[in-house]
Amino acid sequence: MNNNHVKYRIGKSRGFQVLTIVLAFACVIPLIAILLFIIREGISRINWHFLVNIPKPVGEVGGGIANALLGSVIMIVMASVMAIPVGIMGGIYLSENKKSRLAYWCRLSVDILQGVPSIVIGIIAYFWLVRPLGSFSAFSGSVALAIMMLPIIVRSTEETLKMLPDSLKEAAFALGMPIHRVIFKVVVPVGISGILSGVMLSVARITGETAPLLFTAFGNPYLSGDPSKPMHSLPLMIFNYATSPYKDWHDLAWGASLVLLLWVLFLNIFTKLITRKWKVQL
Amino acid sequence: MESTIIKSRNFNASFGVNHVVKNVNIEIPRNHVIAVMGPSGCGKTTYLRCINRMHELIPGASCSGEMTINNENIYEMHPIFVRLKIGMVFQRPNPFPNLSIYDNVIAGYKLNGIKLPRAERDRIVEHSLTRVALWKEVKDSLNKKGSFLSGGQQQRLCIARAVAMEPEVLLFDEPTSALDPISTSTVEELFHELKANYTLIIVTHNMQQAARCSDKTAFFYMGELVEYDETTTMFTNPKDNRTQNYITGRFS
Amino acid sequence: MDTPFAPTSTAAAPAPAGILHPGPASAHLAARAAARIRRSFRQIRTENVFRNALVITGLLLVVLVLGIFLTLVVQSLPSIRLLGLKFLWGKTWNPVKNVYGAFPFLVGTLLSSFLALLISIPFSMAVAVFLGEYQPNGWFSNLLKNAVELIAAVPSVIYGFWALAVLVPLVRRFETRIGVEQPLGVGVFSASLILAVMIIPYAASLGRSMIRMVPSPLKEAAYGLGATRWEVIRSVVLPYTRSGLFAGILLSLGRALGETMAVTMVIGNTSILPKNIFAPGNTMASVIANEFTEADKTVYLSALIELGLALFLVTVVINMIGKKIIDRFTNE
Repeated sequence: MNNNHVKYRIGKSRGFQVLTIVLAFACVIPLIAILLFIIREGISRINWHFLVNIPKPVGEVGGGIANALLGSVIMIVMASVMAIPVGIMGGIYLSENKKSRLAYWCRLSVDILQGVPSIVIGIIAYFWLVRPLGSFSAFSGSVALAIMMLPIIVRSTEETLKMLPDSLKEAAFALGMPIHRVIFKVVVPVGISGILSGVMLSVARITGETAPLLFTAFGNPYLSGDPSKPMHSLPLMIFNYATSPYKDWHDLAWGASLVLLLWVLFLNIFTKLITRKWKVQL
Repeated sequence: MESTIIKSRNFNASFGVNHVVKNVNIEIPRNHVIAVMGPSGCGKTTYLRCINRMHELIPGASCSGEMTINNENIYEMHPIFVRLKIGMVFQRPNPFPNLSIYDNVIAGYKLNGIKLPRAERDRIVEHSLTRVALWKEVKDSLNKKGSFLSGGQQQRLCIARAVAMEPEVLLFDEPTSALDPISTSTVEELFHELKANYTLIIVTHNMQQAARCSDKTAFFYMGELVEYDETTTMFTNPKDNRTQNYITGRFS
Repeated sequence: MDTPFAPTSTAAAPAPAGILHPGPASAHLAARAAARIRRSFRQIRTENVFRNALVITGLLLVVLVLGIFLTLVVQSLPSIRLLGLKFLWGKTWNPVKNVYGAFPFLVGTLLSSFLALLISIPFSMAVAVFLGEYQPNGWFSNLLKNAVELIAAVPSVIYGFWALAVLVPLVRRFETRIGVEQPLGVGVFSASLILAVMIIPYAASLGRSMIRMVPSPLKEAAYGLGATRWEVIRSVVLPYTRSGLFAGILLSLGRALGETMAVTMVIGNTSILPKNIFAPGNTMASVIANEFTEADKTVYLSALIELGLALFLVTVVINMIGKKIIDRFTNE
């Protein structure tokens, strides 16, 4: 082997390193392009008026996203109320029962649920709630969203609790505590950062979901807080207005996109900060 | 040929601000077995890894001073050339798990992009495995992966892999500390045979191994080369107090 | 996991003389002891309630998934009974004439997903190798890691809207330049492009964890034999993580197959079989999204649900295979 051959190999190694770095950072370009574009298009549309008014009919100036904002908030809250307790209990169940048959099938089910496309969940909620109750409703939309939150919360709770040492529980049991106290007063507080991050990630995920709401909550041009009636949400409005032929509505959609983006980004960053701060060193 | 093959002058090595090898001056003679011993953390492994420039792979690691092989400065050559002349055997046997025994032995050639005709490859594999006394044991299973081999056999396979590159020096980083006593003795038997063709530098924390296998011994303590002498002299009549204390077990 | 029975204080307290000789002080102690015993029984009952609640939750999750599967099957039955297997390779989808052939959507789904996968693999692998091997630590790579995670956090409608406003005109100009018959801009190609961006984080993050698991002694052995950095990656790291990287790619594929919103907005929404990647089309998910609320006939709706069932089965199988591979890899 001679000098030139080695030089070639060294050059090749250097070259691949450069290629890897270029490709890796190229991934970020679309993200930055999207962020900048939405900021540019949306910033001029957002003002107080925009946030507190409902959309006007086509051709009329003004209008806003109030109904979608309210709808998003209401449905997220409803979905969370349903999904968080069930999800955390499910995670506790899986972390306490590693070997039982039911736990095996439960774990498998959660894995399956995680991979189900969101539109399929929408179909399910339609047949379980919209058909029987006879109309589109915010409630059915919330149920669909709750189903989507479940696997994330269950998984992260299970993973968090599995990582805690058994000695923690043993100490509590030895003091005569019953299991529900051990879990809720000792184990969960230590693992709160992991559990909370799972919860917040699931909230961030459903904030941006549209497909499950297409035929459940369906959308509502008026400000409504009634869970038994159709309701709008931010991503649903963006979809409807973006695919419409009216420029006014496109403008609304840009503003709405900026609001949604900021909301989701805020949730993600907040989650990262909180979980770092509250993480208990074992 | 000159009798000194590796020479260090005022050699220092650090991990960031941690100065772990201090001012080492040593001359290693050709075709000898040199044992490098000392308590944990004395810098012996770091020094060894500086010889074939593995030390610099760790982020934050640095070194200074002169280190030469055949009077050529190791730190002015490209690391690839250094490692072709100076092979290494590690503490835990690490044959490539996805390669067969045959492919493991010539892995060095494949990695360096050297294409050899089949006959040449076969010759190298047989030659290297014979050198490490493994040929008879594996010659009928060359195409199998090495997972069925015992620890001692796997380590000998790694030695064969290093030997296949025809280096001038072989570095051993505590080569038997992960092996059982029988495997250890089979590896130690090799040292004596290998020195006919290579220079061996063996880091060991096992004093008895140093006493058994080496011609000269270097004793490191707290980063410094405290004493370097013929093995028999070192163990019967050490010149430095610290060497004396180590040998008699005052500190480990 | 058995709780010791009563709190130890009743046993620890020495029997005071008062217990054998009833008097006001001993009655008070007896009452305290009785209260403790009652509380322990209550705690045990609450314990059992809690344990049952856990089991019920576990059961609930299993029933939920079974329910999803059964609902899909039951609601697809009319279409399955009527159309049988021909549904899968029927090339025409014409609800007006009551003709339902799913083939255009199968093609649309597979084309867009695999093209997206192909486009995204070099990028996600580059991220995985960079973060896993070249620079696992440091503020620079933390930035990249967070940025890639952010890609997964952006809602798909926003990707769709941006793609509609920015990507589609660019693709239209590209199509005109290369002489496509009908340069619409919307089509399978645009959908693949935006999908490719969206699925990068899945293979990248899994690939990165797999690459970081390569044991250093193996890499050191290769360096010791004189290999360059790239040669170590190519000959040691990549072969070692081969199955893990494949699992990451499967996960990305599963995500691509199920993606609805961004695809619906740029794929052109035609039920005609796309002739090439620049033609408009539909995926299984996008046709459901578009036509579900307009399905006025039972068979029509049922055919759409059958598509949903197919989508469900395919994505579940792919995700399961991916997870199995990862489990095997991390437990070896």
